[in-house]
Amino acid sequence: MSFAIGALAPNFTLPDTYANATALRDVDSPVTAVVFTCNHCPYALAWHERLQAVARDYGPRGVRILQINSNDAERFPHDSLAAMSARVAAGEFASPYLHDATQEVAHAWGAAVTPDVFVLDTDGRLVYHGAPDADYRDESLAAAWLRDALDAALEHRQPDPAQTEPVGCSIKWRP
Amino acid sequence: MPPSVELLYWDGCPSHPAALAELRAALEEIGHPGAPVALSEISSEAQAAQLGFVGSPTIRIDGIDPLPPPPGEPTALTCRLYRRRDGRHSPTPDPADLRDALRRLLPPPTQES
Repeated sequence: MSFAIGALAPNFTLPDTYANATALRDVDSPVTAVVFTCNHCPYALAWHERLQAVARDYGPRGVRILQINSNDAERFPHDSLAAMSARVAAGEFASPYLHDATQEVAHAWGAAVTPDVFVLDTDGRLVYHGAPDADYRDESLAAAWLRDALDAALEHRQPDPAQTEPVGCSIKWRP
Repeated sequence: MPPSVELLYWDGCPSHPAALAELRAALEEIGHPGAPVALSEISSEAQAAQLGFVGSPTIRIDGIDPLPPPPGEPTALTCRLYRRRDGRHSPTPDPADLRDALRRLLPPPTQES
């Protein structure tokens, strides 16, 4: 189970695909979205471009989007660090793609599926948890729930909805 | 003997109800309304390996996958990745691809008893 709306998000430091350590807490980022995603899940891939569009649109507004792959790459080679790096090199990501090799962050955050979206306010408290929008098949929805949550966090108000049901592939836990 | 239509699924992926509905719609569209669809749950990695199950959902017509996965795709308890005709990723087959594949694998409806 993930932490509650209003709770302080567990901190982390994870490497990106260039092995640069990236910390959750960043004084330059007033609002942060953390998205657990991966390389092989059809739901994550169906929503992928919408999420990158959010990163491109909200980056200039000071929002930081961190995308994390926590899947067990031993059993799911499509989710290896090499495969992550290849996607980044191909220009598929508009924000850092972090590797949670130990799965400690996914466990600490209670992430369950890919994609699983968390939005934090300027205090690092959870203001939204759920899916990017209501339907992975409908690109016109444009990750509306995530965008609404980011707008609300930027304006220091509570998003509505603050919680939706994440839809996607289960995170592939290590045995 | 009518061909066997089977939907293999893993309960950890939420796509199989939609896949079943789309399979039934495709069967109806090509003239096989009400054709029985056998549901087979895959619940272990060993079972997935034994049956060559590369993800949920997987459809088989007399044991043949109408939309075969890429060669070498590993077996796994996971959601299966399909591509729509417009290139989009999808957890279920493109309905038009499915319909066309079923037409190839199933006898014409007039031959049904």
